[in-house]
Amino acid sequence: MKLKKILPQAITLLVVIIIFGFFTMNAQLNMENRGIDFGYGFLSQESSFDVQFSLIEYSGSDSYARAYLVGLLNTLLVSILGIILCTILGVIVGIARLSPNYLIRTTAAWYVEFFRNIPLLLQIFFWYYAALRALPLPQDAEAIFGASYLTIKGFYTPSLIWENLDIFIYSVIAAIIAIVFVRIQAKKLRENVGKHLPVLNISIVILFVLPLLTFLFGGVNVGYETPELKQLAKTSFKFEGGLSIPPELLSLVIALSLYTATFVAECVRAGIQGVGKGQREAASSIGLNRKQVLNLIIMPQALRIIIPPTTNQYLNLTKNSSLAAAIAYPDLVLVFAGTALMQTGKAIEIVSITMLTYLTLSLSISFFMNWYNAKIAIVEK
Amino acid sequence: MSTLNLLRPSKDNLQSNLYLGSFLVGISILDVFLNSFLKFNITSFLPSIISIVLPFLLGMFGFHLMRIEFSGIKNLDRLNKNINTNNFNAALTLLIIFLIIKAIPPVMSWMILDANISGDSKDACTGSGACWTYIKVWFKRFMYGMYPNEHIWRVNLAFIFLVVLAFVGFVTPQKYRNLLTLYYVVIYPIIAFILIYYLISGGEFGLEWVETGAWGGLSLTFIVSFFSLIFCFPLGMALALGRRTELPIVKYVSVGFIEFWRGVPLITVLFMSSVMFPMFLPEDFFMDKLVRVIIAISLFEAAYVAEVIRGGLQALPRGQYDAAKSLGMGYWKMHIFVILPQALKLVIPGMANTFLALVKDTPLIFVVGLAELAGMLQMAKTNPKWLGYAMEGYVFAAIIFWIICYAMSKYSYNLELKYKTDR
Repeated sequence: MKLKKILPQAITLLVVIIIFGFFTMNAQLNMENRGIDFGYGFLSQESSFDVQFSLIEYSGSDSYARAYLVGLLNTLLVSILGIILCTILGVIVGIARLSPNYLIRTTAAWYVEFFRNIPLLLQIFFWYYAALRALPLPQDAEAIFGASYLTIKGFYTPSLIWENLDIFIYSVIAAIIAIVFVRIQAKKLRENVGKHLPVLNISIVILFVLPLLTFLFGGVNVGYETPELKQLAKTSFKFEGGLSIPPELLSLVIALSLYTATFVAECVRAGIQGVGKGQREAASSIGLNRKQVLNLIIMPQALRIIIPPTTNQYLNLTKNSSLAAAIAYPDLVLVFAGTALMQTGKAIEIVSITMLTYLTLSLSISFFMNWYNAKIAIVEK
Repeated sequence: MSTLNLLRPSKDNLQSNLYLGSFLVGISILDVFLNSFLKFNITSFLPSIISIVLPFLLGMFGFHLMRIEFSGIKNLDRLNKNINTNNFNAALTLLIIFLIIKAIPPVMSWMILDANISGDSKDACTGSGACWTYIKVWFKRFMYGMYPNEHIWRVNLAFIFLVVLAFVGFVTPQKYRNLLTLYYVVIYPIIAFILIYYLISGGEFGLEWVETGAWGGLSLTFIVSFFSLIFCFPLGMALALGRRTELPIVKYVSVGFIEFWRGVPLITVLFMSSVMFPMFLPEDFFMDKLVRVIIAISLFEAAYVAEVIRGGLQALPRGQYDAAKSLGMGYWKMHIFVILPQALKLVIPGMANTFLALVKDTPLIFVVGLAELAGMLQMAKTNPKWLGYAMEGYVFAAIIFWIICYAMSKYSYNLELKYKTDR
């Protein structure tokens, strides 16, 4: 009986140890033969390559560690933009799939069937090499709303120039803290006295009034800079100033959000359908109005079904953003596992750092999800 | 007959409301139709902004007039219930109809009317539409990659054999049905491997050797997904069982394996297989790039398969385990005869999704230099003789992938219905 428990474990352990031992031994031998030494010291060396698009100051004289940071920030930028857009689109499409209107329902269904059955890589290629290449050259571009330009070289739009931005940010943080405080107080009031405060309205007022006050008294000011067409050579034009979004980022975000939105839409649909009809009827029968039914009965239950799979989709989106390497958007994979690897030849170190980064991202999100799931799970008797 | 009140349509004026309403909707759709198909604008005498908005307003008013509850006319009631419940819905309905009408002519003219397919060089493409000649000329490359033209029959033959052998299950007599699992899980993959090794790769029996670097196109997509699928399924099942055992070492090794592969993107796994993995092997040991890629994808997908199967195992009621144990079944007997058949039935949709994801992930192998369909497109696009036809290539590949994936998802839906047992 005891042997039955020990034997499989011993075999597993042995196999794992043998595989690891075999690999490390070979790796050591190979590196000795090729004269490569193992170590992470290269991270502080000068990288001497340029990155086309970066959120922080970066040049070739910076270290590999900073190049890694540039790549990581670019990955996070794509992921966050993609998550925001795919959530908006996914929720709309998910609700549209349950619409009483036959045409809307069918259109939404076809959207989902169409976009999720085509490989994401193909979609990214399509947007980057075919769709965005059909856009006009900078000199032929027409202004959208008078100041933004969509050209083959990217999207140009006015950028905001802040004075005393920090004070503004502090005010927003203060507003958020105030809202949390109000919510807690409102909940106490509701549970103890049974009085309902219009929490949503109060929150909106706080969120707008506090930052507005900083414009009046805090010396915060905002201006804007519009992109302008500059002639570089006889036939070469370029927009300068303002905010520019490169076509790589644009096509990546479009493709990622269109693709992931189909999965989010299915999660949303399943969540709303998962709340029983009886719940709505029971809630109305005890005298809750439509808004209360939605806020207090339907949404909390639907969200419980929607959120876990949706987070999974966000995670997938983040991992899929590594396809950026295919269209030369400088994300973590391209900058670090591509260029830096090519230059240093430190295959083991660089691939392991890259994988560990993604692993940390997804494990931390899934830990958070497990915690959240446990918190909102229905306590059954 | 009471006076006609246009603002509040009611059953009293059913006929007049209905006629006027459908006339207005008809006019609005006709206007957009003429505009879009014949480039003819019947409202051109109006200022442009009104001319654009007019069909929408007419249509809205028409739908408003037609919205009569319980009219007693079956079709009208059905129409109102489906596309015309309130103003908001009517507006969306109109927008979708207009959008479809507006979209048909440019798409049709690009894909069919102004497209070219004759000839065999770029000069043949004179129209303003798509240049399907490009697809026609490159078709063999898109399907077989750089595989030598005179040997393509070998790939075809291998695939025909495989498809025929895959249908054995449908014609087996009842007597041998219980051997089918063995056939599909063990014998069929071995036959497939032998076929691919001797027929497609060659090198023996007088067949010329074709290196895997020359394989490509859609056939490579099939080969990679087929083998990854075959390897990842048993591995995933083992991992799922490992995660559910009470033996701590087995359990944590499985958990660690699953969480690791699920946490990293496939592209880094492929990078690992191409640049890091050779470092881990003895120096004189050579492993083909394609084999490394298939191993990498199998390990990656096995983690996802494991989680799907675990879902099925968890969904089974405890009573099934208890009942099996009370019959004196051991661990393996219990799982093979009682637990797994039920659990696998439950996870058909999840498995189908995982396999779909696998097929959709195969284009990624381009990062290690293997060119399947999407990779061949990238290669053809940069060919100096055929610059500027990227769109045609992507549309072609998208249609092919869409058909494959859609067929797979429909098939899995049918399987799900077939094996659905009420409990």
